[in-house]
Amino acid sequence: MSIIDMTAAELAAAIREGKTTAVDAAEAMLERIEEQDKLYNCYVTVDAEGALAQARAVQAKIEAGELTGRLAGVPVAIKDNMCTAGLLTTCSSKILYNFVPTYTAEAVRNLQKAGAVLLGKTNMDEFAMGSTTETSAYGVTKNPWNTEHVPGGSSGGSAAAVAAKECFYALGSDTGGSIRQPASYCGTVGMKPTYGTVSRYGLIAYGSSLDQIGPLTRDVTDCAAVLEVIASHDEKDSTSIERQDTDFTAALIDDVKGMRIGIPNDYFGDGLDGEVKEAVLAAAKTLEDKGAVVERFDLSLVEYAIPTYYTIAAAEASSNLERFDGIKYGYRTKEYAGLHNMYKKSRSEGFGEEVKRRIMLGSFVLSSGYYDAYYLKALRVKALIKKAFDEAFAKYDVILGPVAPTTAPRLGSSLADPIKMYLGDIYTIAVNLAGLPGISLPCGTDRNGLPIGLQLIGDCFQEKKLIRAAYTYERARGAFPTAEKEVG
Amino acid sequence: MATEYETVIGLEVHVELATKTKIFCGCSTAFGAEPNTQTCPVCTGMPGSLPVLNRQVLEYAIAVGLATNCEITRYAKFDRKNYFYPDNPQNYQISQLYLPICRNGGVEIETEEGGVKIVGIHEIHMEEDAGKLIHDDWEDCSLVDYNRSGVPLIEIVSEPDMRSAEEVIAYLEKLRLLIQYLGASDCKLQEGSMRADVNLSVREVGAKEFGTRTEMKNLNSFKAIARAIEGETQRQIDLIESGEKVVQETRRWDDVKGESYAMRSKEDAQDYRYFPDPDLVPVAVSDEMLDEIRAKQPEFRTEKMKRYKEEFDIPDYDIEIITGSKHMADLFEAATALCGQPKKVSNWLMGETLRLMKEREIEAEDLRFSPENLAKLVALTDSKAINSSVAKEVFEAMFEENVDPEKYVEEKGLKTVNDEGALRGVIEKVIAENPRSVEDYHNGKEKAIGFLVGQTMKAMKGKADPAMVNQMLKELL
Repeated sequence: MSIIDMTAAELAAAIREGKTTAVDAAEAMLERIEEQDKLYNCYVTVDAEGALAQARAVQAKIEAGELTGRLAGVPVAIKDNMCTAGLLTTCSSKILYNFVPTYTAEAVRNLQKAGAVLLGKTNMDEFAMGSTTETSAYGVTKNPWNTEHVPGGSSGGSAAAVAAKECFYALGSDTGGSIRQPASYCGTVGMKPTYGTVSRYGLIAYGSSLDQIGPLTRDVTDCAAVLEVIASHDEKDSTSIERQDTDFTAALIDDVKGMRIGIPNDYFGDGLDGEVKEAVLAAAKTLEDKGAVVERFDLSLVEYAIPTYYTIAAAEASSNLERFDGIKYGYRTKEYAGLHNMYKKSRSEGFGEEVKRRIMLGSFVLSSGYYDAYYLKALRVKALIKKAFDEAFAKYDVILGPVAPTTAPRLGSSLADPIKMYLGDIYTIAVNLAGLPGISLPCGTDRNGLPIGLQLIGDCFQEKKLIRAAYTYERARGAFPTAEKEVG
Repeated sequence: MATEYETVIGLEVHVELATKTKIFCGCSTAFGAEPNTQTCPVCTGMPGSLPVLNRQVLEYAIAVGLATNCEITRYAKFDRKNYFYPDNPQNYQISQLYLPICRNGGVEIETEEGGVKIVGIHEIHMEEDAGKLIHDDWEDCSLVDYNRSGVPLIEIVSEPDMRSAEEVIAYLEKLRLLIQYLGASDCKLQEGSMRADVNLSVREVGAKEFGTRTEMKNLNSFKAIARAIEGETQRQIDLIESGEKVVQETRRWDDVKGESYAMRSKEDAQDYRYFPDPDLVPVAVSDEMLDEIRAKQPEFRTEKMKRYKEEFDIPDYDIEIITGSKHMADLFEAATALCGQPKKVSNWLMGETLRLMKEREIEAEDLRFSPENLAKLVALTDSKAINSSVAKEVFEAMFEENVDPEKYVEEKGLKTVNDEGALRGVIEKVIAENPRSVEDYHNGKEKAIGFLVGQTMKAMKGKADPAMVNQMLKELL
């Protein structure tokens, strides 16, 4: 097997056994990026020199027996909204076109401590606002399965890089589905952990109460292995939770006998593509055949998730993005008359359309006289949605449904109608509002050969149940095709 | 008959807390460092950085709340106050609006008539300070120093319960002492660790409704506050009498000119779009934590005054002055414990200390000499090792540099000469050289002996015990 075709776990094992080296793996990946990333544009920044230097250092440590972890020596791609010391971090925005952080995000540090080799920073929707990676200031990323389609978003660069085998695994961030939806569109595995499981320190915030970092991988085994490394209690993040149960690879068990799986009727209503529906229900049948107890039920309130999400996320974003003002770092307009004009011009020129739309929306819902009617009400609905999930998880171990209503749309078809684009988040955002873990994994392809994703949702801190169900399904499903047909 | 007016005043007092590190990061709060040397990603608003509450800030805020009879909010939250300004690196300030840590308190003050009055405290909240803008006229640009960014503050918001400058100052003095006694802040108005904004309106005596108020900023001393209150009261009365309206606005006091000018009116007021900060978890105050803080509350001034009266034989006036500063009270108690002479310690504090403080324009909190050295000085005078004029010289050196009096006396050779033989020789010489004074003395002019004592002390370079000189002179004459 060629190095690039290995999963992260397989590569790490091969490096440990001396069959290959971290340096060979990094070189193979960098070569592949060089060959094909002009086509896909998965990366905003590729750090070839840095990656090779890290690979050499990591290899020496592996040989000295100082690094023995499951991911030691494996090259990784990081979404460009996580700070990396000394390496450009743009959030795919013009306003951070020159921003080089002085420190590294905690999740990335955890990977580095485990011997990961950073290849570079992946493209995304600007400040993680979008569902297609088309709002990036650094060009669109194309779906490796079909370059006329979007990879999804906002972690589109990470998902596409995994699908195009331009990295062995990647980190993304998920505020309303930004890991799970691109994973679904690109035929990879993606997981959003329980809020508080992975430190947000160094993740450039979009919606602070919803943001969570998670893995994008080639299979469920890698997903568990990566999550195990990045999950940590971090005193620098007040919302970080101390957990004792982060040995996620222990849940890689091919057995769902007796597991109670609920299928919410609300997730199979109008707007769901027929082929997606069929593939997802077939996956449910597979799990039932493996011994799970599958049942339909009504998860109320899901229809309120979209307005609630866009109110809360935009409100937080409008405040989080105030620091980008042209004073301390990043883009500053060329000519200006006074302070106020400098702010106005720098921000008008530095932010893209979608970001400005959400800043305006967020500023509006927080403004005096509207706060109670919008923001406060959204917080109340958020609490009710959490309650609805609590009731569901009293009956079920896992909730099963689609990730997105359709497979990857064509490039250029989404941004024209933002409301429609927002509605595409219907199956993913309730999970963020309730702080739950969710995983997306491929369960089929549509008539055009585009991947379809299956979503499994768990109660807070129940990632292990998700991993177990996903692993069992993956084994039953068998090998999934890969996206590399267009590479010449 | 002219209309009589009443002034209604409420205060917003900002106090910089004396924590070693900032409110949301581990950077030092020490004053006076090179610009931007006490900063990190958190207090410079770097992307991706997150705040973590300094527990000491919470403890101080609760301690001040308890000392001012507030209800402590058991489930408090931090909110973001959004506004753009370069000294504010995130362009929002983390503060408390919806659930502040303390509410509904009050402190007793003494009124001019000698009565007692309660000034209500509406709330106390925690927040972060901003950085400092430095305008460089030479380069025509502005520079930002973020060393102060994230320094912890509490804001104490009073009810509009005060009616005169005297009451305002009594209230501020009360707060200052409580907070100093808690060790929560040094509360120096001049250095900005205590800042007061005055909300003031006037109304006809007997009126039920409040008048339109203004808010006055930039008040850096009690004197400035008193002057600003008088000035603003008169300005508002003049407006009303001439048929004009008081405009709700923020005004800046110029203490040099003795007048204020409008900064911004209510119409220009920004919408701060307050909302709970999602990066910070709510603050839950447990029973244990409250008990712990309660148990640590110090002896406050009133209790201390009472105890001094019982324990020490010193005048009430001395007690009032000494307990008027936490630092001075600490000095007094520690020095007294060492030398066992409360009266003498108190005399040094009330006499030379106050005199030199006034001369050098130093506040009690800035006194540098240690109680150990003060106790040593008392012991040196007690044992008559030095006389009182030498003692004053030693004290002055101690006041300046906290010198060790024993070493100082030794090094400078200031010890009193008690050797009778040596003294006798000098006195005999003085008698021989001043026959007229001797004659005057013998003719019944008792005063003449004073001159002879002075000549002897001069010849001894001050190192003699004047009483002993006097005694020996009388014998020899």
